[in-house]
Amino acid sequence: MKSSVIVFPGSNCDRDIAVALEKMQFKNQMVWHKETKLPKSDLIVVPGGFSYGDYLRSGAIAGKSLIIDEVIKAAKSGCLILGICNGFQILTETGLLKGTLLRNKNLKFINKDVCIKVINNETRFSKKYKKDQILKINIAHNEGNFFTDHNHLNELKDKNLIAFKYSDEKGNVSENSNPNGSLENIAGIYNANKNILGMMPHPERMVDEIISNKDGINLFSSLLN
Amino acid sequence: MKFSVTVTLKKDVLDPQGKVVQNTLINMGMSDLKSIRQGKHFEIDVSENDQTIAEKKIDEMCRKLLVNLIIEDYKINKI
Repeated sequence: MKSSVIVFPGSNCDRDIAVALEKMQFKNQMVWHKETKLPKSDLIVVPGGFSYGDYLRSGAIAGKSLIIDEVIKAAKSGCLILGICNGFQILTETGLLKGTLLRNKNLKFINKDVCIKVINNETRFSKKYKKDQILKINIAHNEGNFFTDHNHLNELKDKNLIAFKYSDEKGNVSENSNPNGSLENIAGIYNANKNILGMMPHPERMVDEIISNKDGINLFSSLLN
Repeated sequence: MKFSVTVTLKKDVLDPQGKVVQNTLINMGMSDLKSIRQGKHFEIDVSENDQTIAEKKIDEMCRKLLVNLIIEDYKINKI
């Protein structure tokens, strides 16, 4: 399985995701944002960080970079795309995913391990998880407050496009388990074809028990077969 | 030709920064304050001399980059 990680000025989770992908036996390449061609890839990852210092809006400038045209083309032809944190923000700015990420409701940068619940476990990204499985995954963001219009929210629900929701350790999804004010506790979503996943939590940080836990591993192993 | 663009969050979108600024001003004794919405301001200079065409170009800039239409409204004014 071949993967590409897109690197922007200000990306800072690009090496973490590369380590995670290589650990899972992906043949990975790093792709600088000024490139105009993508290596042949089964998976493209848009990593976390602060591309262009979050100028204008998080992800807005990166969303117009040269390589993004190629990412959009690949996405439309069915390539798997994973956007994590700033990568999720960038995907919404490109229009590949609908909705947007607003400033956290409490106006604070939040960096902590939170529980998320697997809502849809029948996609290329999630089939190794159990339905309603609770994962403990790190979040680290200032703009993670998912927001979208009424029609899109209905589409997300009707077509089972919500990937993860913030919950407590028992799986209760409530205001109390919502770290950033996201609409309906949404932590990650798919596009209509389910080949694109955007999520604020960082699965690449959860692939090694020595430094965290292994709750992120099944996302990558789901992609492998 | 110079234009200003004012970008504000749509009415239904929560504006936590505006809220904090508002609360601070109220705490400072400005009790007349009813509400504050925080936004962004751009000043744009274009070489086009025809105002209608220039405004169209600015509008395109807004729609394509400067504004996130899901959450923001914008106003263009000649300056």
